Amino acid sequence: MKADPAGVLTGTHFLDGDQACAEGALAAGCRFAAGYPITPSTEIVERFAQRAPLVGGMFIQMEDELASSIAILGAAWGGAKAFTVTSGPGFSLMMEHIGFAAMTETPCVIVNVQRGGPSTGLPTLPGQGDMMQARWGSHGDYQVIALAPNSPQECFDLTVAAFNLSEQYRVPVLLMMDECVGHMTERVVIPPTDKIDIVPRRYTRKPPGEYLPFRANGDGVPEMVRAGDGYRFHVTGMTHDEHGYPAVSVEAQHRLVMRLVEKIRGAADTMARAEEVETADADVIVVAYGITSRVALHAVQLARRRGVRAGLFRPQVVWPFPETRLRELARRARAFVVAELNRGQVALEVERLAAGRAPTVLLPHSGGAVHHPEEILDAILAAAPVAEVAR
Amino acid sequence: MSTLPEVLAPNPVEEFLRSHRMPHIWCPGCGIGTTVNCFARALLKSELDLDKVAIVSGIGCSGRVAGYLDLDSFHTTHGRAIPFATGLKLARPELTVVVYSGDGDLAGIGGNHLIHAARRNIDLKIICINNFTYGMTGGQVGPTTPVSAMSTTTPYGCFELPFNLPFLAESSGAVYVARWTVYHVRQLAHAMGEVLRKKGFSFLEIISPCPTLYQRRNRLGDGLEALKYYKEASVVRHGAPTKEVGINYQGPIVVGKFVDIERPTFLDLMNQQLGRTLEAQYAGCGGEDARS
Amino acid sequence: MAAPEAGAKKVRGVIYVNATRCKGCGYCIAFCPPKVLAFSAELNRAGYHPPHLINPDGCTGCDLCGLYCPDFAIYGVMLKTNSQPAKAEAEAQT
Repeated sequence: MKADPAGVLTGTHFLDGDQACAEGALAAGCRFAAGYPITPSTEIVERFAQRAPLVGGMFIQMEDELASSIAILGAAWGGAKAFTVTSGPGFSLMMEHIGFAAMTETPCVIVNVQRGGPSTGLPTLPGQGDMMQARWGSHGDYQVIALAPNSPQECFDLTVAAFNLSEQYRVPVLLMMDECVGHMTERVVIPPTDKIDIVPRRYTRKPPGEYLPFRANGDGVPEMVRAGDGYRFHVTGMTHDEHGYPAVSVEAQHRLVMRLVEKIRGAADTMARAEEVETADADVIVVAYGITSRVALHAVQLARRRGVRAGLFRPQVVWPFPETRLRELARRARAFVVAELNRGQVALEVERLAAGRAPTVLLPHSGGAVHHPEEILDAILAAAPVAEVAR
Repeated sequence: MSTLPEVLAPNPVEEFLRSHRMPHIWCPGCGIGTTVNCFARALLKSELDLDKVAIVSGIGCSGRVAGYLDLDSFHTTHGRAIPFATGLKLARPELTVVVYSGDGDLAGIGGNHLIHAARRNIDLKIICINNFTYGMTGGQVGPTTPVSAMSTTTPYGCFELPFNLPFLAESSGAVYVARWTVYHVRQLAHAMGEVLRKKGFSFLEIISPCPTLYQRRNRLGDGLEALKYYKEASVVRHGAPTKEVGINYQGPIVVGKFVDIERPTFLDLMNQQLGRTLEAQYAGCGGEDARS
Repeated sequence: MAAPEAGAKKVRGVIYVNATRCKGCGYCIAFCPPKVLAFSAELNRAGYHPPHLINPDGCTGCDLCGLYCPDFAIYGVMLKTNSQPAKAEAEAQT
């Protein structure tokens, strides 16, 4: 299905990541946003607030992130594509509703423009310290999808992708930006409407009485419905049966939790999306995402000039983590260097998946700025097989 | 057990219930079921298209209401029924959205959302069951527990001043504020009908017994004893200043309709403002069908 | 439960009790205006005594019992004045 032309600002623009994200949401068909101001994400909803009323949408500034994160779920069940935006402290507040959205299989997008943490941290400076929180932040066992753009262009593209994935899998999707990517201004090309693929909501065609809101189809994903169409359905955050009614039993818990987890985990390979630069023959593979990947790319290029076979693996879908591909890379690579603006989060995944076949070298950074390319280069050189390095 | 003579008429509320889920979980004498009974009768009389009525609950005994009514129903997170309902209403304004929840859910953890939705005059119908306690979790003190009452977390008696909910609702901007007790079934059904018809943020407080916890722990008898107290202690004062309707422990309960005013709703105001500012460019209120 | 009585007495109302749902709270009994309800000797499967009509002729079919019942276990129906003289009290087992 193609995008609704009303929301697509076709053309070549000079936008920052936040603005591009707002345009991505509109292009994806999002017409409802609820949010609460928090640096460095606020510009996303500021732009949406300005643009949306012109194309049949609206923004409501709620009283806090608790309200914002559930208002979008209410809107989703009313039939809208909906999103909210935040940063670290607000992300923490939204955790309960991320879990509620996962449990009730409510399609929505939540954008976290990461900044230095923990707590109030560095409101205007970058961090990537919420990556594990994106995976595990809410209580219980559940799976969500998380994407990490590394440019304003990708903020547009991956926002569209985020909405599509949320509809495809009836799951909340997190867009894990960072302050640098959000506040950097670059060329953003918004394609013509017919070049933008949109996944529409997978509404059921079954009649009321036959439709079950939590009975999955073959792909583990139930069809969707909205309030007001005569289905008289029930949605609860309690463990529930296929009707949606609370079902407090070990069997119901197992059935439901397994399906929610496998729905995403089982489709990890299908939805995997990563950029790879010169990994085919790489001895040292740098794993980086978001703004760090831009620095890492430069370091990889520097390393290649020094004769080291270095490559970059940049996951764009970070959760579910691209396990299959990482395991494949680990069979050939001599080492992984993981650079991220945190003390080691995605690195834990890399290490786990490398399973000892290749050492994982962590280049942590407490946030507030990005790595120097030389730091990453030094780590690549140190990890490279000795003979390769041009002295 | 016995022969079944001809049934002359069905139970008028049966069509509104998810009958296959009966009997419900509420305790003997719990007033919540009675309020639901009144609500079903109000729905019946309202002649609303039931496909377009949605019910949103929070967490707690009162929060279970959503699961038992045969409507599009949402059992959401603790305290957040109102913002969920806000999103639902704004995405599909033709729905009649009812929030049915308890005193702790709406005024404790949910207090912030209550006052802001009232301030904005979001067109929601709030039915607040006030049983003076957090019942589902075993009878803890809540924002409406009267001074001196026993609860599991105030074992020596509550000493905090409780909310006067009608006062809170009115001062936050609610356009309809009323209070009845579970004893006043006819007035309750009537008030619920008014609430369903009213445009804007409407707040109906219903004093209801929690026989298992509040009544028993305070040695106040069972549900029936509570209803007898409500009958004796209630004073009908329509239009009473809400400042004066606070409830003391086992004291008088002022009931009636206190506020019924007209005020543009959030959507009215949004459409007005954006229509005026953007003129022909304004595409109308938000939340398009996600089919697009 | 009671057998239909032959007789010329006019009955104005009748009640229906869903015994399975009843939790014996007593509201219907306490608030019945003509006071024609009482706990029966029967026990439902949850161990409660559902109500029954002790004076069927006195039932007006006002349905106040139905309005009070927290469990949707009872309701009253007003009979038209020239309906059958026999009274009927139904217990529907679910």
